[in-house]
Amino acid sequence: MAKITMREAISQALMEEMDRDPAVFIMGEEVGVWGGTYAVTKGFYDKYGPKRIKDTPIAENAIIGGAIGAAMVGQRPVAELMTINFAFSAMDYMVNQAPKLHYMFGGQFTLPLVIRAVGGGGRQLGATHSQTPDAIFAHFPGLKVVSPGTPEDAKGLLKSAIRSNDPILFIEHATMYQVRGEVPDGEFTIPIGKSKVQREGKDLTIVTYCKGLELSMKAAEELSKEGIEVEIVDLRTLRPLDMEPVIESFKKTNRAVVVEEGWKSYGVGSEIVSRIYEEAFDYVDAPIIRVAQKEVPLPYNRTLEQAALPQIPDIISAAKEVLK
Amino acid sequence: MAETISMPKLGFDMAEGTLIRWVKQVGDNINKGDVLAEIETDKATVEVESSASGVVLQHIVEQGAIVPVNAPIAVVGAAGEKVAMASPSKVESQKSVDEKPLPTQPKVDSVSSAVSSSDSSSMIKASPLAKKIAKDNQVDLSNLQGSGPNGRIVKKDVESVLVTGQKSQVSSSQSPIPNYQLPIANYEDKVIPTTKLRQAIGRRLVESKTTIPHFYVTHEYKMDALIDMRKQINAYLPDNEKVSVNDFILKATALSLRQFPNLNATIKGNEITQFGDVNVGVAVTVPGGLMTVVVKNTDQKSLRQISGEVKAMAGRAREGKVKPDDVDGSTFSTSNLGMYDVEDFIAIINPPEAAILAISSAREVPVVENGQIKAGWRMKATISVDHRVSDGAEAAQFMQKLAEFLENPVRMLV
Repeated sequence: MAKITMREAISQALMEEMDRDPAVFIMGEEVGVWGGTYAVTKGFYDKYGPKRIKDTPIAENAIIGGAIGAAMVGQRPVAELMTINFAFSAMDYMVNQAPKLHYMFGGQFTLPLVIRAVGGGGRQLGATHSQTPDAIFAHFPGLKVVSPGTPEDAKGLLKSAIRSNDPILFIEHATMYQVRGEVPDGEFTIPIGKSKVQREGKDLTIVTYCKGLELSMKAAEELSKEGIEVEIVDLRTLRPLDMEPVIESFKKTNRAVVVEEGWKSYGVGSEIVSRIYEEAFDYVDAPIIRVAQKEVPLPYNRTLEQAALPQIPDIISAAKEVLK
Repeated sequence: MAETISMPKLGFDMAEGTLIRWVKQVGDNINKGDVLAEIETDKATVEVESSASGVVLQHIVEQGAIVPVNAPIAVVGAAGEKVAMASPSKVESQKSVDEKPLPTQPKVDSVSSAVSSSDSSSMIKASPLAKKIAKDNQVDLSNLQGSGPNGRIVKKDVESVLVTGQKSQVSSSQSPIPNYQLPIANYEDKVIPTTKLRQAIGRRLVESKTTIPHFYVTHEYKMDALIDMRKQINAYLPDNEKVSVNDFILKATALSLRQFPNLNATIKGNEITQFGDVNVGVAVTVPGGLMTVVVKNTDQKSLRQISGEVKAMAGRAREGKVKPDDVDGSTFSTSNLGMYDVEDFIAIINPPEAAILAISSAREVPVVENGQIKAGWRMKATISVDHRVSDGAEAAQFMQKLAEFLENPVRMLV
């Protein structure tokens, strides 16, 4: 097992899949000559050349629309959105075309499409470039939404995504490329649509994913010093949503906090909490609390930005509230 | 036009009430008759209903405030209406004598007759999990104290009931001596938050025992005649209407008090008020404490009437459905532990009354009559009296007067 960064893990996944299957290619803004805004595809252009690493104009609807077309004729495009906020420019392709083509054409086409998008706040990029709109995309049947929280999951899930014949939105977090973690050596994949217990505990279940996992793991360590043992279930995939480990954990602890970076209203936490109440009502011992972003456009000012984003102390106090 | 809702007066001795909770917040719509707030008096927790419809414009007092009777607590009016009076004022200032009269007098009938403890028993606050475990194990949640927020019963509360007494620990030390030791059960401490009733009892009795100079007079009564008479009377009554020894005692006490008005009284400052009515209170054991139900005009009622009223009120008290009228207006209280084979005990005066009678068991004991030892029914009773109001001689004479009735019960019937 090597301890590598999230960036290296994603990079390895892309390279391994490109080596494995000549139909895989990458397209997006600055992915080629410049090596990617977050340096994920650094060196790819030199290795694979302009045919498989395509720099595109600044036109997200063209990137996604073009990738959909390529996928329909048998290629396996990995389209990159510099930030997920630009997906709104390609919204028709993202939610109205890609998720529905297979269905609308009676199965004549499959859509082996991966859209990599960088989401999340915390880098002072202002209100329009810092959003965490994951829940919007998870709303649409037909579009799988994956958002890993560890390098191992990022690598294994991205490899599965590229091999999948369904359109998949793969959301990476802008502040997590330097996060290090153990990644198995050699070839491995992780199935899409499986939640995972990332930390075992008996007192409280925290359900989270992506950036929320990093924060929750740290909060759990703090809580552990006070004798509170938190179990953390990482969703990893928002659609299809795997509630089984969540429900199993909740039946053990009877109390839960849901942590997400997006806004609370109509968010991922709303979905998780509803499902717990629907599927495990008789196991509820205290109201479930959601920890999420404050309901404001994310401020540019660093102090305000940090205040608006969910933080470790928010998770700790929510945990204690639920355990009252 | 905006209407002021005031702290209702729920009993002649109620001077103030604690506003425990605002049910309607400022800005909420409210209809006449809707519950506006919960208040706690010394006797019960009661819901205050709004006497007006509209929007809650203002809370004049905060939650937790102790508010004098008739002081305004909230303003209800039309949405957007300006509140003319009552800037939020300190509760203390409401006590000032030269305070302007309030625009709206409280309406007694605006007060709910229901007592909230009955509501809370019909809707037990428990987590779904606690409810399920309780159901699976046939645990009655109404007997549990919740340790969760706002008294919510949670899993561990139910589980602690299930495991009580089950844990035992055997010493693990290697002892060379053969094991003659019994395993020592490990019983854990249990912390129970006090109920509002318990707190009210505590408050009132600390006040009573620390501010009223009590003195006590004990008398032993010959009960043979009364017990005979009761047997005769009950022979003619259906089971649910049979009169108790206590019913006789209430009647006898009331008739005696009619002749000793100084013990049917209250003291305030330099004035003793001798009450016109004789309303004898009866302490009733209820879950988590006791309450005093009151037989109004006890001296003028028949035994059967007294008996019927006490049965009905005690039943309501035990079910938590007591009406304000049941517990209001006692002028003298009694406490009877007769059913527990008690030789003698003394009671603490129930303020603002001047005296209380503690009644013990009627027991068959050897007695001396005309130099002969024989068996006889005897009962001791002890009166506790406020020495600011009365003295030993008067109390002793009262106890003798009581003997005239108890020992010649026929006097109570004519």
